[in-house]
Amino acid sequence: MAELKQEQQSHRMGMHTEQLAGRTQQIFFSPEEAENFTYSYAYAVDTNKHTEFDVAALDSKAINIKIRELMSQGYGSIAVQNPGAKHSLGVGILNRLQLHFEGSLGYFGVGLIDGPNVIISGRVGWSCAENMMAGTVVIEKNAGSTFGAAIRGGDLVCKGDVGSRTGIDMKGGTIIVGGRTGAFSGFMMQRGRMIILGDAGKSLGDSMYDGTIYVGGKIADLGVDAVEGEITDLDIQWLDRKLSLYGLQTPNGTKNMTKIVAGKKLWNYDNLEPTEKKLVL
Amino acid sequence: MCGIAGLIYKGKSSDIGQELTSMLQALKHRGPDSTGFALYGHPKADQYIMRFKVAEQEEVKKGFEIRKQMKERKAAVDARMAEMGAKVEAQEQATDYAYRYVFSFDGDLRRLADYIEDIEGAEILSLGHALELIKDLGDANRVSAQYGLDDFQGTHAIGHTRMATESDVDIRSAHPYWAYPFNDVSVVHNGQLTNYWNNRRALERRGHRFMSNCDSELIAVYLADSMDRDGDLEESMHRSISELDGVFTYVVATQDRVGMAKDVMAAKPMVLYESDDLIALASEEVAIRTIFPHEIDTYDPYEGEVRVWQS
Repeated sequence: MAELKQEQQSHRMGMHTEQLAGRTQQIFFSPEEAENFTYSYAYAVDTNKHTEFDVAALDSKAINIKIRELMSQGYGSIAVQNPGAKHSLGVGILNRLQLHFEGSLGYFGVGLIDGPNVIISGRVGWSCAENMMAGTVVIEKNAGSTFGAAIRGGDLVCKGDVGSRTGIDMKGGTIIVGGRTGAFSGFMMQRGRMIILGDAGKSLGDSMYDGTIYVGGKIADLGVDAVEGEITDLDIQWLDRKLSLYGLQTPNGTKNMTKIVAGKKLWNYDNLEPTEKKLVL
Repeated sequence: MCGIAGLIYKGKSSDIGQELTSMLQALKHRGPDSTGFALYGHPKADQYIMRFKVAEQEEVKKGFEIRKQMKERKAAVDARMAEMGAKVEAQEQATDYAYRYVFSFDGDLRRLADYIEDIEGAEILSLGHALELIKDLGDANRVSAQYGLDDFQGTHAIGHTRMATESDVDIRSAHPYWAYPFNDVSVVHNGQLTNYWNNRRALERRGHRFMSNCDSELIAVYLADSMDRDGDLEESMHRSISELDGVFTYVVATQDRVGMAKDVMAAKPMVLYESDDLIALASEEVAIRTIFPHEIDTYDPYEGEVRVWQS
């Protein structure tokens, strides 16, 4: 009864559940409230206003400051040339922005972002897009480990291979891996969806609380409490739509992908946000 | 945290001293305490190169009697080498406490090494036909300048920037480690071994000596011992993945090869770049970019992966 009451109240608040994957994919606010997601201190940028700058001689801090300066001048489309695999580039951008890194990033690239659309022509190091909240990040080459750690929303796409612990502690959003991913991907995943078009390393989905992982290739083995689920038409439609957005496809077709979900044998988990709990309880 | 790096050219030599210096300097933030280089020059079958020290850098700064002791230790090394029949053909003094000898010798190399290290305060850093192991306190630029590594030509090299965690900030705890008493084997490592003492006791029972309490030294001795038994580097590395417990990525070099191994948890980083004539690897791509400023394709090796390349 308590669960039913909670669900009714959350619907009354404008929250609703996307049918595709049950509780895991709740959309918490209605589209009409989208303006609430714009930070009061966000820059008013014009995505048709473009600029580019070479950062070969700049350090990470100077590059990030320069991006903010350009946004404050209204530039909504910025190309960063020669990033040279430097660390922590493009972090903490809480703004709408078209950002293009023409090269590779080091560790912690584009972490803690909320809103920008980022394209990275090269590779990214460990912990790319950690704690990403919204927007899109598309990486053309490979990515290091802990890719998309603890992301809460948005689409994070790597067209190449990714290291270990992809989507560790993932709390929402979508991670797409065009190639293979390493061990312990989806470790302690709580919400969201992960699509791996190639092979997955050992202990996939270990200790996942919730969320869904789709795998196009072979799975080395499943982690604790990760089990195979039934792939539905709704899954296939969603996968086809999502992959087509990024020009990706799985060699054997989405209907032949393997779906991994939490077995919920270890389950003692409530996926409502603390603030939401206060409201519904 | 520590940073590790390596590079190997296929069928040619290059300015590996200069290149590894720039790679390691880019990894300074991963370990500012000490920096070490294992450089592989052009081996001559009838010649050995020995790098050794007769004191720690800290001792030289603080000791009252240390300068006299260093002279005595060096004289003792010379005397014992002569006594064992080793003929020193060239010698250089890199610092107050570190020397490079080129010598010929046709006796038992292990006995010679044991006899030299029996001198209090003397430690052989490397001994072999191609390997020259240099390590000291400070960052890569400082150590490289101190030992004149910019002009070093060779086929391959591995190096390390150390953040001291489980042992002291001194030269003996710095990486790389020579796999005493085996020619030309060196190791750098990022991580921790959790079954260090079990493995160390087993290797000590087999007659191996350890100069430090650093777990990385164990990998060097483990691999060399394993290769000594069955002669294969790659197989020894595969075996290490199951027999060494902990989280680690290590790089090993022999007279003509460089290899890397990653533990089954893949908890320590490594980035690889491979081209037709060069392989470069490092804890972070930013290190590889110091020798390749243009865009390159790199990737992370996976859990339990072992790779070996030949020069």
